[in-house]
Amino acid sequence: MVLYNELKKNLKKDYSKYKRIKIAILADSASQLLTNAIKGYGFIGQLDYEIFEADYNQIDLQIFDPSSELYQFNPDYIFINRCSEKLLKEFYKKDKATQSSFAEYVTDNTRNYYSTITSRLRSKVIINTFPEINDSVFGNFATKIQSSFVYQVRKTNVLLMDLCQQSKDMFICDLAGLQSELGYSFVFDPKVYINADMVYSIDFLPYIAKHITDIILSITGTFKKCLILDLDNTTWGGIIGDDGVEGIQVGYLGIGKAFTELQLWAKQLKQRGIVLAICSKNTESIAREPFQTHPDMVLRIEDIAVFVANWETKVDNIRHIQSILNIGFDSMVFVDDNPFEREMVRTGIPDITVPELPEDPAEYLIYLRSLNLFETASFTEEDEQRTKQYQEEAQRNILLQTFENESDFLANLQMESEVKPFNSFSIPRVAQLTQRSNQFNLRTIRYTEEDVKRLAADPSWFTMSMSLKDRFGDHGLIAVIILEKQETTFFIDSWIMSCRVLKRGMENFTLNTIVDLAKANGIDTVVGEYIPTKKNGIVRDHYQDLGFELQGDRWVLDVAKYENRNAFITINN
Amino acid sequence: MNMDFNTILKQINDIFIDVLDNDDIKLTPESTAKDVEEWDSLNHIQLIVAIEKKFKLRFTTAEISSWKTVGEMCSAIEKKLNG
Repeated sequence: MVLYNELKKNLKKDYSKYKRIKIAILADSASQLLTNAIKGYGFIGQLDYEIFEADYNQIDLQIFDPSSELYQFNPDYIFINRCSEKLLKEFYKKDKATQSSFAEYVTDNTRNYYSTITSRLRSKVIINTFPEINDSVFGNFATKIQSSFVYQVRKTNVLLMDLCQQSKDMFICDLAGLQSELGYSFVFDPKVYINADMVYSIDFLPYIAKHITDIILSITGTFKKCLILDLDNTTWGGIIGDDGVEGIQVGYLGIGKAFTELQLWAKQLKQRGIVLAICSKNTESIAREPFQTHPDMVLRIEDIAVFVANWETKVDNIRHIQSILNIGFDSMVFVDDNPFEREMVRTGIPDITVPELPEDPAEYLIYLRSLNLFETASFTEEDEQRTKQYQEEAQRNILLQTFENESDFLANLQMESEVKPFNSFSIPRVAQLTQRSNQFNLRTIRYTEEDVKRLAADPSWFTMSMSLKDRFGDHGLIAVIILEKQETTFFIDSWIMSCRVLKRGMENFTLNTIVDLAKANGIDTVVGEYIPTKKNGIVRDHYQDLGFELQGDRWVLDVAKYENRNAFITINN
Repeated sequence: MNMDFNTILKQINDIFIDVLDNDDIKLTPESTAKDVEEWDSLNHIQLIVAIEKKFKLRFTTAEISSWKTVGEMCSAIEKKLNG
């Protein structure tokens, strides 16, 4: 982990290229150094934090006074940082009856903070779990006593997680989890606490800053989607080409347990929506064999979305994987035991994440876990289907190569789309698309589930979600349109499509559908806007290609003159 | 670990330069917080933690508040290291 002093030195660097994020820090302990650490870590995450740090111990005042600095600042994020030391003090002041329901009391306060903030601001609220303190008042017997602090602090953390699950714009920075990794004596420095009323040790501050930044990055759409694994001495011990299927170490052979546990972890990641790919210098048939026949292999061939084993360079092969998956290099993690390969990939593909691995495979997993590579801001059931979707995509690519022209290919796919206004089933997925899509996204407006619900209920807004399926499989929900009705105009607030369905005529189909909706609602003009970002260059000419005319900085389409565009997609409602 | 006063002062000076991010700092035994612009109470905590780490020792809260000058700090370190 980077040291606090390095983060402090970052404060003098140039942040002007980075995305601006307004964050308010409300803490019940001295937070100057924490503020520096967060600001300094922003440089690593490429975020330019504009920070409002409330005066010491002003959480209630800032939240409950509607004219407070917090509300004037109007931040994107509010980090409410409460520490266990103050919690313990407060606990000791209560009578025994109140101590027995202390967790509920703390949770009610937190709920109150959240509802007060969200009634006045659109900010996202980040709270923290409380690192456990064993105050040794009851010894181990504390676990059998409702009114012990040990019992109450654990219960508080569970209740806060429950609260967070019901509150879409609340997120938790899991300091208790970090403490269980690092230890209380690392996290808390009694000297710093007594002398300066700072509860966290200087060495712990960068961890908090990293996790706050991880959470914010994932909410703003920067997170990992794919894990690429090398095979020999990474996925199993030994060299398959030399040792053969029986000789590789996995399961009970040699140090196979280390590799089995890494595979179990990778499989869990796959189940939560991380796409797994293989990139190995090997003969493909030999490399595939353990996935098909080895009884101790956890990862099976159907778990792998893209399997690349040949003798080309890994840089070329990872580029190939990227072209099939159609996701940014910055959303990929490459794990390889060989320092030479790691360095070559880092140099060839600067945006990809390539963790240094410890030398001993026994330490691979604990090290990879400690990096918190796979932070996410949402989880839907569709995430679990992702590997299957990428495998279907590979089959489509093979079919495409057998057709002379694209129209024949598109007609052959037998595509069907379901178009619906947002509903309770689609809202989580819609919010997720607005948060995650960077490339095919005309204005890159991010919405939370709460925001989407508001829009869906507002009569001056028109919403459409579109799914797409073809004879190979179902892509699920792949396009989101949000239209704001302004008199007789539709303004296209959001036009977002999944890059999985590029080159399918989905743009044409979508515009046809928008125009149909316009006609049905007495709309004569459709207006679009392109707001450029670092990542959405592919839609620069989107409106021009669809026949819109540039007027000022807006693109305008006359509904009366519109002729339906060619699409090979049938509507299926 | 045996270390004389001047070596300790030199290493303390390096820590100040690193923590306060100022290459121009030149400490003498008589230097006080007033003589070094960035040496405020917040940075003081960071300096103490860095010094403890560097010399692998721990100060008590009473010791930290008793030092009036850099010289007193160095003497305390010298005593702990050689004591």
